[in-house]
Amino acid sequence: MPDQGHPTREDQIRSGSGFSRRDFLKGSGAAVAATTLAQSVSETEAAQQAGTKVAPAKASAVKLDINGKAVTVTVEPRVTLLDVLRDDLSLTGAKEVCDTANCGACTVLLDGKAVYACSVLAHSAVGKKIMTAEGLAGQGVDAVAQCFVKHDATQCGYCTPGFVVATRAFVAAKPNATVEDIGKGLGGNICRCGTYAGVIAAALECSKKGGK
Amino acid sequence: MAERKHAWGPRDQNVLIGKEITRIDALPKIVGSAKYSADINSKGTLFAKLVTCKHAHAKIKKIDIEAAKKVPGVKAVHLFKDIDENEIKWDGDLIAAVAAERAEQAADGVKAIEATIEYEVLEHFVDEENLEAGKKAERSKVLGSASEGDVEAAIQGAKVVHKGYYGIQTISHMCLEPHGSHCEWKGDDLDVHLSTQNVSGTAGQFAEPLGIDEANVTITGNYEGGGFGSKFQADEWGLAAAKMAKEAGRPVRLMLDRATELKTAGTRPSGFVEVTVAADAEGKVVAWESHHWGTDGPGGGGVDVQQLPYPFKFPNFKRSQTGLECNTGPNRAWRAPPHPQLCAMTQTALDDLAAKLGMNSYDFFLKNLEFTLNDKAGTYAEEMAIAAKAIGWQEKWHPRGEGKGPVKRGLGMALHRWGGGAGPCTCEVKVHPDGSVETFLGSQDIGTGTRTIISIVLAETFGLPLSGVKVNLGSSKYPTSGASGGSITVGGVSGAHRRAAQDALWTIFDKVAEKYKVEADGLSAREGKIFAGKKEVCSWKDACRLIGPMPLVVKGEGPKKDGLTADQVGGVQMVDLSVDTETGNVRIHKFVCVQDCGLILDELTAKSQVLGALIMGIAYSLSEERIMDNKTGRYINADLKNYKLPRIGDVGELVAIMHQPASEYDRGVVGLGEPPVIAPGAAISNAVANAIGVRVPVLPLTPKRVLDALKKGGNA
Amino acid sequence: MSSFEFASPRTEAEAVELLAAHDGQTAVLAGGTDLISLLKADIVTPQRVVDITNISSMKGVTSVTGGLLVGALTTLDEILVHPLLAGHPSLAHVADGVHAIQIQSAGTLGGDLCHLPNCWYFRNGYGLLGTLNGESLPAEGRSDFHAILGNQGPAKFVSASRFAPALIALGAKVRIVGPTPDQVTLLPIEYFYVTPKSSDQRVTVLTPGQLVTHVWLPEVSSTLASATYEVLQMEGLDYPLASAGVALEMNGRMVTEARVVLGHVAPTPWVSHDAAEVLKGRSIDEATAQAAGDAAVARATPLAHNEYKVQIARTAVKRALLRAVGQLEGVS
Repeated sequence: MPDQGHPTREDQIRSGSGFSRRDFLKGSGAAVAATTLAQSVSETEAAQQAGTKVAPAKASAVKLDINGKAVTVTVEPRVTLLDVLRDDLSLTGAKEVCDTANCGACTVLLDGKAVYACSVLAHSAVGKKIMTAEGLAGQGVDAVAQCFVKHDATQCGYCTPGFVVATRAFVAAKPNATVEDIGKGLGGNICRCGTYAGVIAAALECSKKGGK
Repeated sequence: MAERKHAWGPRDQNVLIGKEITRIDALPKIVGSAKYSADINSKGTLFAKLVTCKHAHAKIKKIDIEAAKKVPGVKAVHLFKDIDENEIKWDGDLIAAVAAERAEQAADGVKAIEATIEYEVLEHFVDEENLEAGKKAERSKVLGSASEGDVEAAIQGAKVVHKGYYGIQTISHMCLEPHGSHCEWKGDDLDVHLSTQNVSGTAGQFAEPLGIDEANVTITGNYEGGGFGSKFQADEWGLAAAKMAKEAGRPVRLMLDRATELKTAGTRPSGFVEVTVAADAEGKVVAWESHHWGTDGPGGGGVDVQQLPYPFKFPNFKRSQTGLECNTGPNRAWRAPPHPQLCAMTQTALDDLAAKLGMNSYDFFLKNLEFTLNDKAGTYAEEMAIAAKAIGWQEKWHPRGEGKGPVKRGLGMALHRWGGGAGPCTCEVKVHPDGSVETFLGSQDIGTGTRTIISIVLAETFGLPLSGVKVNLGSSKYPTSGASGGSITVGGVSGAHRRAAQDALWTIFDKVAEKYKVEADGLSAREGKIFAGKKEVCSWKDACRLIGPMPLVVKGEGPKKDGLTADQVGGVQMVDLSVDTETGNVRIHKFVCVQDCGLILDELTAKSQVLGALIMGIAYSLSEERIMDNKTGRYINADLKNYKLPRIGDVGELVAIMHQPASEYDRGVVGLGEPPVIAPGAAISNAVANAIGVRVPVLPLTPKRVLDALKKGGNA
Repeated sequence: MSSFEFASPRTEAEAVELLAAHDGQTAVLAGGTDLISLLKADIVTPQRVVDITNISSMKGVTSVTGGLLVGALTTLDEILVHPLLAGHPSLAHVADGVHAIQIQSAGTLGGDLCHLPNCWYFRNGYGLLGTLNGESLPAEGRSDFHAILGNQGPAKFVSASRFAPALIALGAKVRIVGPTPDQVTLLPIEYFYVTPKSSDQRVTVLTPGQLVTHVWLPEVSSTLASATYEVLQMEGLDYPLASAGVALEMNGRMVTEARVVLGHVAPTPWVSHDAAEVLKGRSIDEATAQAAGDAAVARATPLAHNEYKVQIARTAVKRALLRAVGQLEGVS
């Protein structure tokens, strides 16, 4: 921590190979350290019992729950959920645009929460309920999807499925959202054609109805 | 029989035309069932990745593409640049492509090739704003000039003379669906799913270099994830996909990665200008003199000198241009080329002149409308009045830089024009004996609503609901239709379809007249029925049964000078915004666009075009730019974290007012896609100058540029 | 992205053991919003990725003697609304500034603390220090978003953590386990960050095989006021141009002790004792906040393209202070 004209412990810390626990058991942190330390020990035992499997650096079977269906794919740990959806399963509602957790075109729901599928490994998604834009077309057309149609919240449409899925999660979490809330909640999606006015109108209406 | 003339119906009798109609292909896009080229994944598809250069200027001394072929899963490799054969002229230029069973295996193949490459790195030049450096590096060339009248004398006699410097940066098209294709051979036939604005015009671009007949190529483009002027070609990467598909005997999907999309697949040229502009005591511009420069990439072109100032022709002018050859990605047409740059380079200078004259910008622009091109002064005046009312111009107006506290509010305006005449289109309309209707055309819906407006035209003409007509587009095997660029699609397809539909309807009317013993001239089709005057004659289905066993097939063509379509549109934009002078942040409060575009087929999608254009305008005005690093010569922000685009909270209240008095309806259909994206740069820059009393000379108006300008002071 | 092994342990101890393999050539995966991009670009090339998101002990916020224990896996949306964190508004200010539900639901506190620099030279493969042929690229090239303080050494990037300024101001500590499961360290967060002096050094003290499990927050007194102000160019998902986290011990309107920490201005979070000195014994108003902002940047050494950031950092300090005492008006 460099600072102007004040002593710094940075070099001291860097020069040591790790740091003495005693330093941090002093003062107000002591009680915490003691309890958490105890916790660690019991966890060590738990670990030995659990014996987590290590998936090798080559393709192995992964069982996923996508739009309510159990699906097994055989992929390496480095394969993202987005690539599995698009390339292995041809579920192409989630799009690859930035591929770096920025633009939202690949948004899917993971246990009900909106996430960027480009930044989730398929192996990490095991045991979680995955819902893609295609899931919105299931039984009857989703209310959010209908609002997008009504307010013309799509142009070229490439950002749209991701935006719709994000909006679905947003309105569920935020009933009666304001325009400002929408700006904050849906700022993780990029539209290049400029459909934001339509998306705002759609999100406002859906949010008012609690996403129903 | 009365003369049958192709025409639009009376405005007040339209059931669909001019109403707010939701687009017919919205739902498949929303739920992900719409298949874009990037989504095509037919059995056996290989996935391709690219080797690109990380130097701005280099030659390849050594490369071994065989290295990739040893990588598990790799099935085909393509070399774009051979050793010493081609110079690499920008960061991101293509070197090779690898197709593999899986995307990650293709990436492994790319790495294997990268490990073998040796470059000879050459000197680069990327400093596109720096004219002196460009001259020193011998990268500049004089591109042209023009003059009229006596500029010196006019300046001598002027009341106020203003000199200023302005600029507008290079941006990338940044299509969300990157450029690319899915190529599949079926025997000697090549099927290409191409992300394109040019379905009918790209088959030959594949055929010729591949040595096959154009007849053997089918281009399919049902959906396209954004083009904005950059997707008219097969492109070298399209050919690479076709060749790799041939080599592997498997389909290949090759879409550009995001960085390559930004660096290589299209940019809008930059423009930087030194202006002297003078006005008389009344505030009328008497002289314009400008020299501008910039780059469109290695070619050393730029923003066309012949259209500056824009869209004005002042009594005396003198203009000249220098181009800079930069080691940057090449340009492609960007939505209304190059009007956004022309507008930003002109109307900022004019607004500074207005401030120097002590005039309200509104009064100044009004005073100078007489110099606008294409006889639109009257329309502009009407539009200015409407926009001013919508934004509260006169109530909110204040001279520059007045306002307390760190956050300053300002108003700005600008105006624009565009051609937008009808493009070429042929369509084949089929009316089936069961009454169903469909059309075939080799056009494309790039998100502008082409499918929807064709449906509207057919349904309106035949008196059917939208669900009663089916639009088939997106195949090069359908009747040839023009590329979607230049805002010419709506005129092209609507004219052709109205003509075909009216021809078909008249044929059906003749059969109805004969069968039901009524006058054909008095017949009309509405609500799924045929009427003679107010009297129902038969249902649409009954009428269509008279066609016979085979469908009635009618060809529609365009453009024609029959009054269905026209050209020339204009618009006025006004913006109300705040500038936080402690952070340099600009926030849009309200952005109004008043736009004329003749007869509007779908008010909803027309407004969406305007709103989208305003947002794209906000993007290039406030945040979006290609940042070239002089040191490495690289496009250093070619990712969506650093290539900053507005999000849903960045755009403020947007108001699209479609200016459509009877005189506009009577003009016929005119294209709208591009024009509203022209004026935001000048309008926003002018509003910022009004807010803070200082001109921030170069777009986009980032916190850095705003704070730097505030610190420096300037030509307020 | 290169191939790697994958494991998803359920306990901290197991995670640490899994991380110790391959001589520590391993990576910790939580929300994935940063790591996966680094993997794709081959900037981080581990032989094994350990997904820690199933470790329940690292989730949520619990009350412990003397303060709160916030699991490293606590997500931003949880921080935003957690009742136990209501006394630490400076943390909610940060979470609230991340304008994307996707990052709010996946992004974790630990992930933020360990977020690697966003420096575009680093992200384009020129190493942590951004060098080419021995030259510093931020020094010679585009430094628009680089450091204005602490940038006289080879490191010119800015620390990417958004929570660190607020946490340091609050006196928080980070709990680190590893390299063996019984090695537990509780470290004040200001000492967690280091400025690398060579390309083989890191941005934190974490050594291979170590895992950040929790953040410990000291109990706040009723007289503590805290706030964060991030200057964001964009309303949507974006990184701050500069930020400030402040914590003020108040005696009535009087500041008795101040901690002012700037973010995104230096290779580490930047504790400004100069700004704190200005505030001691004074009440916060526009003038004192401005003076503290001025003091915080008085020794700034901007690079060729980032002088504007001096003004932005000054504003961040000023507005964080005004926000802490409820006086921030008229700006968003």
